[in-house]
Amino acid sequence: MALESAYITASAIAAVEYPDLVHQYRVTGVPKTVVNDRTEILGAEPEASFVAHVLESIA
Amino acid sequence: MNARTSADLEAVLTSLEAPVRLVFFTQTFGCDSCLSARRIVDRIASLSDHVTVEEFNLVLDTDQAAAYGVQRAPAIAVVGETDVGIRFYGAPEGHELVSLVDAIALVSSADSGLSDDSRARIAAVDQPIHIQVFATPT
Repeated sequence: MALESAYITASAIAAVEYPDLVHQYRVTGVPKTVVNDRTEILGAEPEASFVAHVLESIA
Repeated sequence: MNARTSADLEAVLTSLEAPVRLVFFTQTFGCDSCLSARRIVDRIASLSDHVTVEEFNLVLDTDQAAAYGVQRAPAIAVVGETDVGIRFYGAPEGHELVSLVDAIALVSSADSGLSDDSRARIAAVDQPIHIQVFATPT
């Protein structure tokens, strides 16, 4: 998605190395995706559903 | 693309057609995984003529850290013709290594591989979206 929009950035975070972030974002399982510190997506999702969820963060 | 085995990853890296820079941020103290992260990016670069590594120190190279928006180490910015904002935090091992190699291939090709419908929806985005994906090596 970052490739498709200059507005979108994406970080992959190794959860075990950043316990502070895991705590901050209440990561209890992986993969967990947090969008704009607000929208949360648990687990892996099909592309269309993932894109829709990510875009909910600015809806 | 679903690269999985070590041979698959090597095949992906050797077939890149456009340059990718791995901008690697390390720090000297208090970074247990910086050394293994460095080994991994060096190994990746050794497998492709198109992949280069630039190393910066998170503490000393503050201008570069700010330019790439990096506040932690180890961090890897995957940069192609332009910087589209893809970052990896922590040593990329296991699944994370697969994800990193996939990201390198995507950035190199500048093709997201997304469906036309997804592309159209994303093209309408007019404000910043920051996606953070938490993962583990296994």
